[in-house]
Amino acid sequence: MSAIVSPVRKPLITGNKTYHQITEDLISPTEKTPNALWVITFLMSISLLGFGLFCIAWTIWNGIGTWNLNRTIGWGWDITNFVWWIGIGHAGTLISAILLLFRQKWRTGVNRAAEAMTIFAVICAALFPGIHVGRAWVVFYFFPYPNTRGPLWVNFNSPLLWDLFAISTYFTVSLLFWYLGLVPDFATVRDRATGFRKSIYSFLAFGWTGKAKHWQRWESLSLVLAGLATPLVLSVHTIVSFDFATSVIPGWHTTIFPPYFVAGAIFSGFAMVLTLMIITRKVLSLEDYITIEHVESMNKVILVTGTMVGVAYLTELFIAWYSGYIYEQFAFFNRALGSYWWSYFGMMFCNVLSPQFFWSRKIRRSITWTFFLSIVVNIGMWFERFVIIATTLARDYLPSSWSYYTPTWVEIGIYLGTIGLFFTLYLGFTRVAPVVAVAEIKSILKTGGDQYVGENAKHHHHVKHDVNEHAAGTSIDIDENPDTKIK
Amino acid sequence: MKKGHTEVLYGLYNDEEILLDAVRQAKKEHLDIMDVFTPFPIHGLDPILGLAESRLHQAGFVYGATGTCTAFLFMTWVFTRDWPIIFGGKPYWSVPAFIPITFELTVLFAAIGMVVSFYIICGLGPGVTNEVLDDRITDDKFCLAFQTNGYSEDQIDKLKSFLTSTGVEEIGAKVI
Repeated sequence: MSAIVSPVRKPLITGNKTYHQITEDLISPTEKTPNALWVITFLMSISLLGFGLFCIAWTIWNGIGTWNLNRTIGWGWDITNFVWWIGIGHAGTLISAILLLFRQKWRTGVNRAAEAMTIFAVICAALFPGIHVGRAWVVFYFFPYPNTRGPLWVNFNSPLLWDLFAISTYFTVSLLFWYLGLVPDFATVRDRATGFRKSIYSFLAFGWTGKAKHWQRWESLSLVLAGLATPLVLSVHTIVSFDFATSVIPGWHTTIFPPYFVAGAIFSGFAMVLTLMIITRKVLSLEDYITIEHVESMNKVILVTGTMVGVAYLTELFIAWYSGYIYEQFAFFNRALGSYWWSYFGMMFCNVLSPQFFWSRKIRRSITWTFFLSIVVNIGMWFERFVIIATTLARDYLPSSWSYYTPTWVEIGIYLGTIGLFFTLYLGFTRVAPVVAVAEIKSILKTGGDQYVGENAKHHHHVKHDVNEHAAGTSIDIDENPDTKIK
Repeated sequence: MKKGHTEVLYGLYNDEEILLDAVRQAKKEHLDIMDVFTPFPIHGLDPILGLAESRLHQAGFVYGATGTCTAFLFMTWVFTRDWPIIFGGKPYWSVPAFIPITFELTVLFAAIGMVVSFYIICGLGPGVTNEVLDDRITDDKFCLAFQTNGYSEDQIDKLKSFLTSTGVEEIGAKVI
């Protein structure tokens, strides 16, 4: 437990922080009145959400005919958006679970916000299957509940039902995991608060006191939940891909879909985390906790997953040609050069070419470039789902039913509404909870703080605390050298 | 001990390393530690305090297995006994198709079961309020607490001088 001083390792917390300073920096955004920028963004988000709700009401009132779907193209923007949002959610679980298993300490700077993003993205995603069925008021038929029609059960062999189970489980587990991490931090907020605010946070903190035994169980539970969430997150997008892969439509019926969807999901999720974190760190002044090192690490993940997605696209093309099966060959020829060629090239450019910029260390460490490319990737991944869904359906086996599809204002409105919902929830979250996990940041201070690691680390200040002669560990007095230079 | 009847003498430390040394020393002197409260998990504290490893993960296995059985047996019952239907010419009991839901329910049951167990065994939950010894324990203070019910002035003074000798920052007493 004694501090490891290393000039080689890059610091993850800059600014020569003390434990108390960490609390101040991370909790104070929830205690202050929001600034004008926050209020403006919130009003914009809530307006978009309002318009989205209107469009949903319009759809339910007038029927699904208000969308431009037709007998050939039965899935349009609805399922495209559904898959897009679910994919975005995956980065949160990857950061909170997989990086915990891999003991990647940089996760502590971004895991809280990324997990919040997961939960909000899943809420946005879950909206679409609920309304695209048309009769939203009987949507509870999805669930296998004892009923008076037999009981007639749902079809447990259907990938669409697997999807229901996967997404409900994913949402529940993510929420439990996220809240488990929030409990100690809510206790910190509680112990700084007074009056009504204190009673609210007392409720939210569940009576947390920081007992040694509770921390031990908390860590053990976090680890096991991470172990469960890791295969879960892989299963969720695998099952989403089964919605397509188990059909007999050329272009969908491929075994590459599960890994390809999972890589794509992580790819788009990290892009969204970066978009959000770059704004958040600026607006809440968290540059000391979400450093360029964090941005660079995430950009490396984007580069890897983006390249995996690129390889998957090319594999698909190769296999289509190599299969010698004309329907499969036509499906891919049509994707690239058919009536939706623009979306295919948009996808190729945004997902395959744009992440390759991250081979350059300079671009990986540039906030402007990262922000720009993260948005490009998000657009690209939306195109990918659109390409898979709409272009494939537009040209099916029977040329007589070939068709074209453009969305109506209602469909666009619902999509914008989910973006509004997502940002409304996220902005609300930044007001009520610390966006960086306070307790977890403190636990990595001595191995990640810039007074301990990196070039500004103090090398010669091993102060033996001879408070008693049996003391075994050494420790560093951080007040020893108050004028350490801060980069 | 009922709430509001535990007399506690506690010391607040500034750093987890000093606290660890103090706890080690307390154990050496066979002092009866009531508890240690910290703002974040301190690695290496559990063995010194003699805390046994948490068995939550074992409970998790049982919950998970319950989920596996629930899902698989339920689907089996529905499709072979309650209402057999042929889907796409597949057998009634099409095991591969049951795997995704079986897996999801395994994870769901394990996660919910463990989290609920965690809150119950720790005595935490919505609406629970526990007296805190000091508001700064969730911020930057590390607390070593002794229960002092029935202690004489002399014994309490001895504990205080122990705390002072281990580099304590502040000493406090509270009834919780």
